[in-house]
Amino acid sequence: MNTHQSTFVRTSMLAPSTPPVLEKGYIAWFRKNLFATPKDSVLTIIAILLLAWFLPPMIKWLFIDAAWTGGGRGVCATVAQGGSQPEGWTGACWAFVGAKFDQFLFGRYPIEERWRPALVGILFVALLVPMLIPKIPYKGWNAVLLFAALPILAFVLLLGGMLGLAYVETPLWGGLMVTLILSFVGIAVSLPFGIILALGRRSHMPVIRMICTIFIEIVRGIPLITVLFMASVMLPLFLPQGMTVDKFLRALIGVSFFASAYMAEVVRGGLQAIPKGQSEGADSLGLGYWQKMRLIILPQALKLVIPGIVNTFIGLFKDTSLVSIIGMFDLLGIVRQNFSDANWASPVTPLTGLIFAGFTFWLFCFGMSRYSGFMERRLDKGHKR
Amino acid sequence: MTIDATIPPGKAKSTGSVLNDPKVRGYIYQGITLLLLVVFVYWVTENTIENLKRANIASGYGFLNGRAGFDVGQSLIAFTSDSTYGRALVVGFFNTILVAVTGIITATIIGFLVGIGRLSHNWLIAKLSMVYVEVFRNIPPLLVIFFWYSGVLAVLPQPRESLALPLDMYINNRGLAFPRPVFDSGAQFTFYALVIAVIASIVFARYARKKQMETGKRLPVLWTVLGLVIGLPLLTFFMTGMPITFDVPIAGKFNLTGGSVVGPEFLSLFLALSFYTASFIAEIVRAGIRGVSHGQSEAAHALGVRPGLTTRLVVVPQAMRIIIPPLTSQYLNLTKNSSLAIAIGYADLVAVGGTILNQTGQAVEIVSIWMIVYLTLSLSTSLFMNWFNAKMALVER
Repeated sequence: MNTHQSTFVRTSMLAPSTPPVLEKGYIAWFRKNLFATPKDSVLTIIAILLLAWFLPPMIKWLFIDAAWTGGGRGVCATVAQGGSQPEGWTGACWAFVGAKFDQFLFGRYPIEERWRPALVGILFVALLVPMLIPKIPYKGWNAVLLFAALPILAFVLLLGGMLGLAYVETPLWGGLMVTLILSFVGIAVSLPFGIILALGRRSHMPVIRMICTIFIEIVRGIPLITVLFMASVMLPLFLPQGMTVDKFLRALIGVSFFASAYMAEVVRGGLQAIPKGQSEGADSLGLGYWQKMRLIILPQALKLVIPGIVNTFIGLFKDTSLVSIIGMFDLLGIVRQNFSDANWASPVTPLTGLIFAGFTFWLFCFGMSRYSGFMERRLDKGHKR
Repeated sequence: MTIDATIPPGKAKSTGSVLNDPKVRGYIYQGITLLLLVVFVYWVTENTIENLKRANIASGYGFLNGRAGFDVGQSLIAFTSDSTYGRALVVGFFNTILVAVTGIITATIIGFLVGIGRLSHNWLIAKLSMVYVEVFRNIPPLLVIFFWYSGVLAVLPQPRESLALPLDMYINNRGLAFPRPVFDSGAQFTFYALVIAVIASIVFARYARKKQMETGKRLPVLWTVLGLVIGLPLLTFFMTGMPITFDVPIAGKFNLTGGSVVGPEFLSLFLALSFYTASFIAEIVRAGIRGVSHGQSEAAHALGVRPGLTTRLVVVPQAMRIIIPPLTSQYLNLTKNSSLAIAIGYADLVAVGGTILNQTGQAVEIVSIWMIVYLTLSLSTSLFMNWFNAKMALVER
């Protein structure tokens, strides 16, 4: 027999030939994402030119030319302005932020008492972080501590005047501390109030429905600043003589009112999205109104509107900056107040301070929006088939 | 349930208490609420009257005829410190409208560009748009206002070293100077021509629509309208002998002369509101375009409609249905946010009202004026939105 084999069968696959140079690696990516069409190329070039024009001076201003250390305005002003920097210098004055950092955090809170807000802050973070991480158990107790125990403790610690703590009046409060207290209280008050208002607006009782609707529409129709004005100017008018409300409390009331109305509309959106069958099912099981809402309707409705709720929180957090207009020193207010400090006044101080405040606000808001996205994805799993 | 407990068991067994009737209970709850509200309002009114009497403040709107005694920085109508409080409020109202309208136009343009940019296939453009949105959405508008006001515009050079911009504009720490149009006699014809052109355009667009419905042919609406609106006034302008000239600002030795100037207050408020609101509009636009299902454009392609026309005739009209309701509420937000003017002293309605409030102490009246004006604006907006939603609602079988 002829042992010669005339057929040839490869036992291994041919190595794939390399793709054309233009179709792989960076070049392909650039071609696909930046220069796909002539229009794209033009846009890309314009964008690159814009970045080249904008970014290097910004980095130079923010970091390279910035004055990082120093004890006074001298390091942030040119010779002509009475400082030590060469003529034509401009850069961020981070030394200003460094020197005023404690003030930006606590306002004019007495220095020897600052451990109190610091302690509250640490406790807040220690309670908030486990609350936010879904895997950690005992959420119920955590919530009780965060929303019931902590506020009471914070009230005692921050205000003082009892348990041997020195009394610190609220006009001395300021900085990030005030911003955070205002937003925390606003959030904690507006969610339940918003839910009640939303339920009231969908109530079958005409009087209650009308009251809730009028409240929501009026508060939503006017700017927050007028609400704050009302709280700060008209609240004293409304109360009998001798009865005064603390300025800080007035701002808190104004902010909470405002946020509640917005929250109510968000919650109403969620309530409207729940099919009628759910409510009828609950009725047929013999649940009362509050049982029905608490066990059937609200858990579904609130889950649906988590993005809207967080957006309202973010809006509230940003809106707290408005209290600086009615003469309180939140983060923005205290930063602005320090512009007029003769020891640090220079042309670059305002911009530096505002960038610092802006970055702080941005960090909180961005964090909140990212967390809401994470929660949305987590809760969404139930609907996937 | 709490009421059940209070009813004696024997009674409930026999007839079923009236209190268990949800209707009756509803009346009782409403009665209690109404009573509490009336008592509360009465108590507040009594206190207010008492407090006002003690502070010697006469209530009522008579104070509006009093002499204002303060100047406003920028005003669209004639105003001096001898004018009345009422006129000052009108000035403030017009200033609010001015910054709202200019801000809305700019924010819409930036917002649409950025929103479309986020959907771009171009990686760089998409990322830049995203950075823009994430930065401006997460910073309080008040801070952006201060950023422009005390961070940027305040450190611009003095008038004598004004920076020259294109189109004969100058910018310095007192604001932006730009050429002011001067209308000579005969200029009104140009305006008439513009009005006629707009009316003619609307008539033509209707005709074109009808024609398309009947024959399926599309008339060149865009070019005709552009030609009419630009061409007709321009033609009239030249035919009447160029009656509109420009008063150009000229850099003098110490100051600029001529032209019109808008102050840094207006500029920073306008810039901040535009940039801030634009970031929200961008997100609305993005959501709107993505909200049109992909099948729509695929179907259009399958019918042989070209990509450009698909966008114009299929995607955009459907996207607009999603975009416009939230867009109007953003416009309303911008208008309300313009009240932040008070922080930098731009004389809008709230700032003027605040000054009057400090001078006269008429807190109730001023706040009521604020509320009436803003509520009118927001209610008319929601009326428009209801009308629009009804018009645009999907017509289903």
